[in-house]
Parts: sequence; structure tokens; C-alpha cells
Amino acid sequence: MSDHILEMRSITKRFPGVVALSEVTLSVRRGEIHAICGENGAGKSTLMKVLSGVHPSGSYEGEIHFDGDHVSFSSINESEAKGIVIIHQELALVPHLSVAENIFLGNEQSVAGVINWHESNARAAQLMRRVGLAENPITPVGHLGVGKQQLVEIAKALSKNVRLLILDEPTAALNDDDSEHLLSLIRELREEGVTCIIISHKLGEIASIADSTTVIRDGATIETIDMHADAGTSPAVSPDAATHPDADRPHIGEAPVVVGGSQQHSAALTRRIIRGMVGRDMANMYPEREAEIGEEVFRIQDWQVRHPTQPDRMVVRDASLNVRAGEVVGIAGLMGAGRTELAMSVFGRSYGRDIRGTVHMHGRPVKIRSVAEAIRHGIAYVSEDRKRYGLNLIQDIRHNITAAALNKVAPRGFINTHEEITVAERYRESLNIKAPTVMSLVGQLSGGNQQKVVLSRWLYTEPELLILDEPTRGIDVGAKYEIYSIINQLAASGKAILMISSELPEVLGICDRVYTLAEGRITGELSAAEADQERLMELMTAEPETAEGN
Amino acid sequence: MAGTSNIAELFTRNLRQSGIYIAFVFIVLLFTALTGGTLLSPGNLTNLVLQYSYILILAIGMVMIIVAGHIDLSVGSVVALTGAVAAVVVIREGLPWWVGIIAALATGALVGIWQGFWVAIVGIPAFIVTLAGMLIFRGLTMQTLDNVSLSPFPSEYQQIAGGFLNGLLGGPGYDVFTLLIGVLAVLGFAVQQWRVRMRKLEYSQSVESLWLFAVKVLLVAAVILAFAWRLANARGMPIVLILLAALVLIYGFVTQRTVFGRHIYAMGGNLQAAKLSGVKTTRVNFLLFVNMGVLAAVAGIVYSARSNSAQPGAGYMFELDAIAAAFIGGAAVTGGVGKVQGAIIGGLIMAVMSNGMQIMGIDQSTQNVVRGVVLVLAVAFDVWSKKRVATEK
Repeated sequence: MSDHILEMRSITKRFPGVVALSEVTLSVRRGEIHAICGENGAGKSTLMKVLSGVHPSGSYEGEIHFDGDHVSFSSINESEAKGIVIIHQELALVPHLSVAENIFLGNEQSVAGVINWHESNARAAQLMRRVGLAENPITPVGHLGVGKQQLVEIAKALSKNVRLLILDEPTAALNDDDSEHLLSLIRELREEGVTCIIISHKLGEIASIADSTTVIRDGATIETIDMHADAGTSPAVSPDAATHPDADRPHIGEAPVVVGGSQQHSAALTRRIIRGMVGRDMANMYPEREAEIGEEVFRIQDWQVRHPTQPDRMVVRDASLNVRAGEVVGIAGLMGAGRTELAMSVFGRSYGRDIRGTVHMHGRPVKIRSVAEAIRHGIAYVSEDRKRYGLNLIQDIRHNITAAALNKVAPRGFINTHEEITVAERYRESLNIKAPTVMSLVGQLSGGNQQKVVLSRWLYTEPELLILDEPTRGIDVGAKYEIYSIINQLAASGKAILMISSELPEVLGICDRVYTLAEGRITGELSAAEADQERLMELMTAEPETAEGN
Repeated sequence: MAGTSNIAELFTRNLRQSGIYIAFVFIVLLFTALTGGTLLSPGNLTNLVLQYSYILILAIGMVMIIVAGHIDLSVGSVVALTGAVAAVVVIREGLPWWVGIIAALATGALVGIWQGFWVAIVGIPAFIVTLAGMLIFRGLTMQTLDNVSLSPFPSEYQQIAGGFLNGLLGGPGYDVFTLLIGVLAVLGFAVQQWRVRMRKLEYSQSVESLWLFAVKVLLVAAVILAFAWRLANARGMPIVLILLAALVLIYGFVTQRTVFGRHIYAMGGNLQAAKLSGVKTTRVNFLLFVNMGVLAAVAGIVYSARSNSAQPGAGYMFELDAIAAAFIGGAAVTGGVGKVQGAIIGGLIMAVMSNGMQIMGIDQSTQNVVRGVVLVLAVAFDVWSKKRVATEK
């Protein structure tokens, strides 16, 4: 079978007490883009670690054939020598070193240990042209955005004469523009003969780029789908707003439209993949909800925020918005539009300087100068990056849940630890946090369960307004559904919810009303009925009418 | 989750914390054997308490600083400075002994305010601020003392570190008062443990089985009573031991059961997350350093009282002993983990080792090597146990 560059046969990998992979089979054709899908913990990363030699041969059962040869790698160096390069989700770049230094890190262009800088920089420039990175090779990597850093990683892979490139969640941290650029680069690499394995949670992306997709669930291969062949199953798919833009809307050029096959076709494929991943048919990715909208809870007017270290940069300009009780309001914007900055500046001035504008709670103006005051006024903020800004990973669930409202279990400053445990247990049960006890360390939970811990913490503050910043980032499909259900329940109980998201299907799926944000301005406000992906994207990329007016 | 847990669970649940107790028992037994029992003799046990009390006092403050993600390199110099201030007030100026104590505590608080200002408000890393403090306060000590030792302190002042509460109730060859304190401590411990157990059951949490509970209480009671018996047969209850016990109880409570204490752990675990949960990090950091300054002053008073003098070179390298005690006691290098009781046990491990080696007549250079190796091994164990937790996932 020489048209397969890689064949992994019956791979079984055991960890003490757990079978991480059982009889997994993966066949990748030469020169294709092969996607691997699966829930978090399904075994995707373990499989890639087996392939790249992180788990050395002998620690697993089964055979790996690469390019027709039976191979057994005992370290990453050996797999890289064969041209298998893996780019991890968390980029392995040194921020203070230059692009060229990073590209040749561990593979320095040197003679007898002395680095030839001209050679390095010239070759780096060459590689950077290949990946479409228009930067000086001596720029420190830390000065580049995440999208460009991703390109540096790919350039680094190319410098090793990559034949099989493995990308783990390459677009998880990228905005739509950068994602689109990266995906087209991957297509170009395919034309040049580089085979790609791409691990992704973004099914729309997979539908648009992959030639075949292998679905893994609970450490076993479910199926490999040929993405160009017929979707095969479930023809009776009901059109939903998420994947079926209204036909009579004008097409917008820049919008990332799903390519490769008809909309209908890719929607069917997506459903098939989801079914394989979760082992059940998820007719609707978003739970139904009857919105009962009440009085206005929260309003900001003429909100202005300047960049904390560059005071001449306006990050949010003249933003006004409101959220009513029982309503889920979305903020849609590309990365860098000022979404998180807007939320954090409202939340006790946690971001920015020279903040102007007024905040009203229940129609009355309030002054919020610190996080403690924000919490007292009934505002909660679930941050975008839960590991960095949300959780104390080395503490247990209990401490994390009570962290923002500790006074409730600590009358006169003394903590009632028994009451605290009871509270934590209550949230563990009601939000279905999967952990043996509330004494389990948060660092050992999966992404979805960690997010539920963060949600519990903020629910315990009994907020009236809950700001959710990318609440489902890095969470698998099943857990996403649970998070959406929680959001719906909260709205049903009369809370006002402001949700920031870069996933348009998600915004459309659960919001009652959407504001679009572009370059720090609110460029539009649409009800759920009038919104669709293209209309939102149009507003999200809208150019501000007035030029630079500070 | 009502139910009972067994012994294995009790130990493995937190190897990091329980490992330290096992190590402590092992080291005590080892040195008791190596010194032919001298280590646990009444006289030496009393001496051990007196000789290392100031390190243990420093370790209490240090573990809190380390949990918050900082370090304090200046405490040795602060011990010297506060002792010097007390000496100048009491010996040179001739004021009453308690004025000297107040002056020393105030100096410690001022030192804490100074360092807290730079760390908490300006935002300079504590390593730098306290490294500078180490130089500044050593220099100020020398200036305060005009570079000469001051002694002797009045006897009231000396009593703080050298005094004993004995003979209060008399006793035939042993001190009844000391034994009474021991019995009270045992009763206090038993009642407190029993109440915790009852509260846990009330809130339907898991508790250890009744016989295991009894064994635990009896074991602790036996250790306390044996210790009290030894002291009673020597010179009675050292005042400094009562001081130390009070500090351990107070700070154990502050760190585990108060909002302030919880905020220290939250900051050390994830500073950003703590800020976004409404923790007033500036205030907590500031108070932590003021607290460390005051505790260093307490240590300074005890040390000067014990040596009956204030010397320009006092407290040299104390910071390293205090830091070592905290790390041996299970504090994490990156912050967020560590306990007062752990630091005390860590300090006692260092104390028993030093004391044991002194009795054995091992010279200072070898002692340093051994203590250094133990420190590295303790932190290596910490790193290893963290990895173990990580791979268990």
C-alpha cells in the first residue's frame, strides 16, 4: 500500500490503571490533509505522542509503518529525522529570541559549534517567504501576534524537511483571518507534497480543509470518513441558523465561507463527525430555550478605555450596550476588537486606563473601581483563559468555588470549613462536575469540568449580570452542550448574561441579541432573528466611518 | 460523602504533608540512636527548644511569605536590628525592659512597612527588596550599636528566652505545673479533634473510623505527655515554649481558617485569578510583610534575650534556616502550597539534626553539608510527589 505514507496498526497504549488507546488504527494517504477528531481525553494526543516517539517504542503495542518502512521511534529526534514534525497547541517558541533563532533552535546553522548568522538569517528569510510571513528574521518572536508565531512554528518544521506535519489545535488561539491564512498555507503545503495531520475541535474548519477525517472516541477508532465522498447518512437534516446562512442575503467576500462541497454536504459530514465523537446523535448542538425577558439589569454608556501602556491607543470607543433580565446578549468581534478589554474594564477596571463612561445597574448609575466593588454590585466575569486568569490549579475544587464569595462562608472573617464543603458539594452536584470529591485538585480536571468550577465560583457570588468570555473555548462537544444548558438555566432564572464569543455558530445558537464589535466600536446590534453568520461578519469587519479621532 | 477512610488513605491522600511527619519521626529515632539517647534527655530537650525557638518563629512568617509566592532574605538582619534597638533602649538608655520590647516590635513593624511598600505597592520582586533589606538592616544594626556588642540585659528581659515557669505548684522532684500544662494541651487537642469530627458528621463528610481516631489522639497525647514529663524533670516549662505554642496556634488558625489566610493561598496559586476574584492583593502583600517584620522582631527579642546581648553580627544566616524550614516542611517553591505546622516540623527536623550532630561532636563544616543535602532532598521529594500527582491524572 504505497499510497499510504503512514499506517498505525492496532496501537494499544496502557497507562497504570487506564487503557488510553486500544487497537487504534490510522491510515494517512500520501499528500492529503487528514483530520483527527475526538473529545478531550479521547486519546488524540496520546496517539500523536506514540507516533512522534514521546512514548518510545516498546511502551505500546502495535506497529507503525512510515513510508513503507516499519519504524520504531524511541525519541522525538528519531521521528524528526524521518520528517515527522509535531506542532503543539501551546507553541514551543522562546519569546526573547529572534524568528531566525527560533526556527533553527536545536538545529543551528553552525560550523564546529559556531553559528553562521548570515546563513541562518538568509535561510530563515527563505522559509518565512514560503509560509507568507512578512517580518524581519531578527525580530523577537514575542513581538509577533499568535497567528504569526504559528507561522514561525511551521517555518521551523519546514526547516527540518518535514514530510508529515502534525498540527495540534493550530487555530484554537487564532482569529478568523489568521485561521483562514493558516488553513490556506496548509493547503499550499499539501500541493508541495507535505502530508498534514490536523487535530481540531472546529468542525467547520475540518469540513473545509480535510481530505479525510478519523474520529476517535474513548481510545478507539470509530471511523475514517472520506470527506470528498458522499456524506452517506442522515439526509433528513433540518437546516439551522448556524450552518445555513439565509440564501437571499448578499454574499460577503471576506467572510470565511465553507468551501469544498455544498453547504448541505458539509453539514451532513459535520453531523456525522459529531455523532462519532460523542457516540450519540446531536440533532441540535444548542439546547432550546424560551426567552422570558424582563427589565434592564445592566447598561454602559459611552464607555471608553485606553491601552494600559500606550495611552494614545483607544481600545474601546463610545461603547453603549445593555442587557436585560433573562436575556443572553452576545458580543461578537474578531480578536483584537476589544471584547475582553471591554469586559475587563467594566469588571472593576481590571484592564486599561483613563476609563470613561457610566455603568448603570437596574437603571441607577454605579461607581465600580475595583473587582470587589464589581462583585458587590452583582457583576461576575468568567475569563477567557481559565488557567491563567480563572483557576488556582494547585488548590482543590472547594477553595476555587468559594474564592470570589468567601465572606459568605466566613462570618466575621473566620471560615466555616464545613459549610464551605457543603456549598462546594452542592455546586458539584448541580453543575455535574465530574470529580470524586470537592477535595480533588482542579488541575487534574478536564477543561469542561474546570470551566464548571469557574462557573460555580461566580454563581456562588449570586450575580445579576454574568459576563462570559469565550465560555466554551477548548472544551469538547459534550461538555459544551452542558455549559450551554447551564447558561440557559441561568437566563431562565432571571440573570442577565453577556457572552463574548468568537464562534459565530455559538453566538447565533444561544444569544437573544448580538452586538458586534470592531476596532473598539460597537458596529451593530441585531436580534437573534435578524442575525446570521455573514451579516455578523460584515459588521465585525466594518471599517470605522471616522478616521482616528481620539 | 459520608463514610470512613482507612489508614492507607489517610497517608496517601496527602503524601506531601504526611511524608514530613514520617521523616521527622525517622530523624528523631535515628539521632536518638546515634547519640545513645542523649537527644531525648530532659536537659537536651529543653535546650533544643530554647536554642531553635527563634528559627521556628521566623519559619512561621516565612512560610506565609513563601505561600504567597515571595521570599524574605532580610529576616536575619531584622533579627539583629530589632535586638540592637531593644539593647540601646534598655541597656544604653536605661529604660524599663518592656519599653525595649515595644521599641523592638515597632522597629520590626517599620521594617515590614518599608519592605511591604516596595513589594506590594511599587511592585518590586520581594527577592530584590529583601536582598536590599538584608544589607540595609545589617548596616543600620552596626550603626545603632556603634559596631560594638551591648550587654547585659536586665534579668526580666533575659527571662523571655531563658525563663521557666516552674515551682508554681511545687512538686516532688518534678514540676507539677509543667505537667498540668501538658495535660491541658492533651485535653485541648482531644476536645478540638472531637468537635471537628462531630461537625464533619453533622455536615455528612467522611471521617476516619472511631478506633483510628482514638489511636491518633492517644498517640499525640502520649508524645505531648512524654515531652512534658521530660521538661518537668529538667527545669520546667520554658516561657519561650508557651510563646511559640501560642504563635503556632494563632498562625495556624489565621492561615487555615480566616479570609486573610485563604487569600494568601489564592495569590500564591494564581495571582491573576486571585485579583479577578476580588482579592485585594496589594493589601494582603503589604500586611504579609508587616507581619514578617513583627515576627522577626519577636525572634530578635528572643535571640537577644537568650544571648543576653545585642551583637552587630547577630542573626547571621537565620533567613536561610527559616527558608529551609519552610521548604522542608512542604512549602512549594512556586508558592500556593505550605502550612505553618509543616514549617514548624521542617524547622524541628533541622533543629534535631543540628543538635544531634553537635552532641555527636561532628564539626560545623560537615553539619553544613548534611543540612544542605537534606534541604535538596526535601525539595526533590516535593518535585517528585508533584510529578507523581501529574502522571496519575
